[in-house]
Amino acid sequence: MTDHSEIFTLTGSELSDGLASGQFSSEEVTKSYLSRIKEVDDKVHAFLSYDEEDMLDQAKSSDQRRASGKILGPLDGVPVCLKDVISAKGQPLTAASKILEKYRSPYDATVTIKLKKAGVVVGGRLNLDEFAMGSSTENSAYGPTCNPWDLGRVPGGSSGGSSAAVAAREAPLTLGSDTGGSIRQPASLCGVVGMKPTYGRVSRYGLAAFASSLDQIGPFSQTVEDTAQLLEIISGHDPLDSTSYPTPVPSFSNEIRQPFKPCKLGLPKEFFGTGMDDDVRKSIEQSIQWYRDKGYELVEISLPTTELSIPVYYVIATAEASSNLARYDGIRYTSRSEHAENAIDVYAKSRGEGFGEEVKRRCILGAYGLSSGYYDAYYLRAQKTRTLIRNDFDKAFEQVDAILTPTSPTPAFKFGEKSEDPISMYLSDIYTISTNLAGLPGISIPCGFTENGLPIGMQLIGQAFEEGKLLSIAHDYDRELQLGRSQPSL
Amino acid sequence: MDYEAVIGLEVHVQLNTKSKMFTRVSTGFGKSPNTLTNPVVLGLPGALPVMNRDAIEKSIKVGLLLSCKIAEVCKWDRKNYFYPDMPKNYQISQFDQPICEGGEVEIEMPGDSPSEIGSHRIVQLTRIHLEEDVGKLTHYESDSLVDYNRAGCPLLEIVSEPDLYSPEEVFAYLTSLRNSLVSAEISPCDMEKGQLRCDANISIRPVGTSTLGTKVELKNLNTISGVKNGVEYEIRRQTKALNEGETIIQETRRWNPDQKYTTPMRTKEMAHDYRYFPDPDLMPVKIDPEWVNRISKDLPEKPFDKQRRYMEEMNIPYTSTSALCGDRPLCEYFEKAASHCSAPSKVANWVVNDLLREVSHSEKDQQGVNLENCPVSPESLAELVNLIEDGVVSNNVAKEIFPEMYASRKSAKTLIAEKGLEMKSDGDEIETLCAQAISNDPDAADKFRGGKEGAINALKGSVMKATRGQANPKIVDETLRRLLLP
Amino acid sequence: MDIDYVANLARIELTPEERKKFQGQLGDVLVYFEKLQEVNVEGVTPTAHAFPRFNVWDEDEPTTGFTSDEALKNAPKSRNDQIVVPKVIEE
Repeated sequence: MTDHSEIFTLTGSELSDGLASGQFSSEEVTKSYLSRIKEVDDKVHAFLSYDEEDMLDQAKSSDQRRASGKILGPLDGVPVCLKDVISAKGQPLTAASKILEKYRSPYDATVTIKLKKAGVVVGGRLNLDEFAMGSSTENSAYGPTCNPWDLGRVPGGSSGGSSAAVAAREAPLTLGSDTGGSIRQPASLCGVVGMKPTYGRVSRYGLAAFASSLDQIGPFSQTVEDTAQLLEIISGHDPLDSTSYPTPVPSFSNEIRQPFKPCKLGLPKEFFGTGMDDDVRKSIEQSIQWYRDKGYELVEISLPTTELSIPVYYVIATAEASSNLARYDGIRYTSRSEHAENAIDVYAKSRGEGFGEEVKRRCILGAYGLSSGYYDAYYLRAQKTRTLIRNDFDKAFEQVDAILTPTSPTPAFKFGEKSEDPISMYLSDIYTISTNLAGLPGISIPCGFTENGLPIGMQLIGQAFEEGKLLSIAHDYDRELQLGRSQPSL
Repeated sequence: MDYEAVIGLEVHVQLNTKSKMFTRVSTGFGKSPNTLTNPVVLGLPGALPVMNRDAIEKSIKVGLLLSCKIAEVCKWDRKNYFYPDMPKNYQISQFDQPICEGGEVEIEMPGDSPSEIGSHRIVQLTRIHLEEDVGKLTHYESDSLVDYNRAGCPLLEIVSEPDLYSPEEVFAYLTSLRNSLVSAEISPCDMEKGQLRCDANISIRPVGTSTLGTKVELKNLNTISGVKNGVEYEIRRQTKALNEGETIIQETRRWNPDQKYTTPMRTKEMAHDYRYFPDPDLMPVKIDPEWVNRISKDLPEKPFDKQRRYMEEMNIPYTSTSALCGDRPLCEYFEKAASHCSAPSKVANWVVNDLLREVSHSEKDQQGVNLENCPVSPESLAELVNLIEDGVVSNNVAKEIFPEMYASRKSAKTLIAEKGLEMKSDGDEIETLCAQAISNDPDAADKFRGGKEGAINALKGSVMKATRGQANPKIVDETLRRLLLP
Repeated sequence: MDIDYVANLARIELTPEERKKFQGQLGDVLVYFEKLQEVNVEGVTPTAHAFPRFNVWDEDEPTTGFTSDEALKNAPKSRNDQIVVPKVIEE
C-alpha cells in the first residue's frame, strides 16, 4: 500500500501486515487516525478525549522496537482506543459523567497493561452512556455520539463511542464493556463486530464497575478475525480480579484459521416472536439460510425464561450499581458540590449535581430493591430467577453448539425516540441481556442493511469459555460476507 | 425497685496481618497519612478486592481458641452506608454466613484479695465475623480530616450474647479476651492504637425477671477503663430513669470520657438500612476440616488452662500465675527456666518480680515485654536459682547480683567467682573462725552452755561478720554447737 | 415507592422536577417487575456468580502503596496529607 491517506480504512490485521512489511510506520498509522479523528469526530463525537502527544510517543517506541527486531506481537504499533471506563495511568476516566470530570487515573487497568505489553498504541477515550447505563449513548454528560451511518440516529450503547469510532474508521480496534448488551447492541447498530467474552475471561480490574456480576470488557473491530486477535491479547486469569477465571487462553486467532466443520445452531423461538423489525427479521432469515447452505444444522430451541430476563437484569444490575457507584461521593476524587455545608450535603448535592438522570434513576431503583423489607421480593428473587435462566441455556447447549439470534430488535433509532420512556429503552436489550445473566460469550456480526441503509447485526451465543468455537462459527460467515468492511460516507 | 443489668459486647479486633484484608498493600501504625493506600484502599474506579488467606486462617484460629463452630462455607456481603471514613461507602463484611458461630470466653472475677483466686464463669458468644476496617477521621473546629491508612485492615468482630451482668464482668471479659488474643499472636490488642475497640449493648430489668429490657447501644468506648466507666454510667442512668417513671428508648448513645456521661446519637427510627447483599466481586470461602485440624494442632494453650496447670502440676502460687499467664512470651521464658531447675515456684517468683522489674527498667516496647534477647537467658536464671538451692550463694547475695547479671549479660557463676561471693563451706576455716569467736566472747559461750539458746546468735554474728556474710549459715550453726557442747 | 426515603438512602438530592418524573417512571418499572413475583423459585439456589469458585485469595505478602501525593492527587480538598471534609455531623 502506497497511498498513506487511506491507512485509516484498514483492518487490524492489514495494519499488522503493513507494519510488518514496512509499508508504513506506526507513527504514520497513528497520524492517519489522528487526522481522521480531526476530520470526522466533530460530526460523530465518538471521542471524549485523546492524548495526541502520548499516542505519537507510543507509536515512535513501537517503530524503534520494530527497527531493532523486537516487536511485542502482531498488534505492535496498532492503535486501540478505550471506552472511557477503562483505566489508563495518567489519562482521564470520566465514565461520561460530570462527577469524574477532573479525575485522572493513577493506575492501569489489567487490560491496559496487557495492551501495552502487546505493543499496542493505547489511544483516545471513547464516549458512552454515563457509567455504561443506557442503550443509546444519549446519557453521556458530554453529549451523545452519532451513528456514522445516519447522524440523526443513535449509535447504540452504552459503548456507542467504541462502535461508532470503528464504523467511522477513527480507530481500527476499540474496547468496550458489556453488562446487558453494551458491546453487541452498538456493534449491531453501527455495523461492526463486537464481542462480549465469557464472564471471567477478561479481567475487570481497572474497569469502572456498573454491575460487577455481569460486566465484561470486549473488543470491537471491522472483522471477526481482528476481534479474535484482540480478545487473545486481553484475555487471561488476573490475580487482581477474584472473578477472573483460571482457565488457559487458547490462541483464538489460530483457532479460527483451522478448518471448521459445520455444527448445530439453535434458534430460540422466544426471540423470534413479536417486536422484531421487519428488515431485521428478513436479514436474520437470510443469515440462517446462509448457514444452512453451508451445511450447518439449524434447530428450534426454547429459552422459556427469556421474558423474565429484563426484570431480573434490571433488579440485579441496578442493585449492584447502587452500591458500586456509592464511591462517587465528592470526598476523595470526584467533584464536590460547592453548595455543601456538611458531610451529608457533600454526598447528596455532589451526587445530585454530578450524576445524570438515568444514573440517578438506577441508583434509586437499586437501593430500593435492596432496602429493608424488599430484598427478598426483589434482589433475592431475581438471583433465583437468574438460576432458572442459566438452566435454560444449559439445557439448550445439550442440543446445540451455539445459538443464533438477532442482536437488537430494531436498527438504530432516532435521538430522543426512547429517552423519555425507560421501559422501551430497556426492551431494546431484550436479545442480549440473558447472555450476561448466564455469563456466556456473545458476538454480534454485521449481517445486512435495512432499506434505508442502516446496519443490522446477528448475535451468536456460545458455551462458557468456548470463545474459540464461537469465533470460528462467526468467522465462517464473516470471512465470506465481510459486511463490517462497508464504510459509511461521512 | 432493684434492677440488674444485662450486657452484650461487640468487640472489634484488628488482625496483625502484614497486608490488608482485600488488597496487598502494607498494614501499619504511625505511618505518614494516606501512604498505606492503593487503588483498592481508596476505592478508585475499577479497583477490585482479593482476599487475604492469612486473615482467614487467623480468624479460624480465634474461632478455635474460643470454642466456636467454624463455618464450612462463609461469604462476603456489602454493608452499604455513607461515611467519609469509608472509601467505597460500603464495608465488606459478613452478614448471614459468618466465619464462626457460637463460642465462649472464660472469665475470672477478682478474688477476695489479690493473692486469692476469684470465681470463674463462661460467657457465651453469638458469632465472630471478619470484615474490613475503615479510615480515621480527625475532627477540627470547622472541618474534619481523613487518613485512609487504617482502611481495609482485617477486622474481626466478636459478638457476645447478652451474657454479662456488671461492669466488673465486662472488664473481666475484655481482659480475658485480650489475653487470649495476644497470647495467640492474633493482635497486639492495643486499645490506644485502635487495635481493639468495643461497643456495648446495655439493658436493665427488675431482679428476678427474665425478659430483656430495652437495649441501648453504647459507642466510643476507647479504653478498657472507658468501657467499665461507660457501662457503669449507663446502668446508673437507666436505673434512675426507670425509678423516676421514665421509659428507656432504643437508641445509640455515645460515651464522653472527659465529661463522663453518655449522650444520644441516634434513635431506632434513625437506624441505618444497610442494604446488605452478597459482594459480587468476591468468591465465597470453603473451610475444609483438614485445614481446621492443622490450625488446631498449632493452637496455643489457653491462658486459664495454663494457669491451672501451673498451680496444680507445678505448685506455683496463684499470685505468680496470675502475673505470668496473661503474657505468653513470659510464660515461655518461665517454662524454659523452670525446665532447668528443681524449684519452679522459686523460678516463677524470680520471673514475675526480679526479671520483670529489670525489664521494665530497661527497654520496653509497646507490645509488652520483649524477652527474645533478654540479657539474662532462662538457663542463666535457672542457674542462679539452682545456686541458691544448692547453698552456693545466699538469697540476699543473689538478689544483689541479679541487676548486674542483667546489665552485663554475665552468668551468675562468673559474677560470683569474680567477686568471690560464694558461701564459705570449708569446715576447717569455719571451725577456726568459730573457735576464735568463742574465745573472743566467753560470756556468750557460757550463757549458751547454761541453756540460753539465743546466746548463740551473737557468736554466729561475729563469724558472719568475719566472712563478710559469705559463711554458710548452716555449717556455722553446726560447728558452733559442736564446739560449745561436745 | 417512598422516593424520598430511597433517594436519601442513595444520598442523591433530587430537584422537584426529577422527583415528580422519577416517581412516575419508577412506579411503571416496578409494575413491570411484578412479573418476577409470579415465577416459581421454590428450592432454587440464587446465582451470585455465573461461574462460582471457592477460596480465591492471595498469600499475605505486602507491597508498597501510593505516596500521599498520588493518593491525594484527585482530591477536591486536602490538608496535611489528608482529605478535608466538611464537619461530620454524627447520624
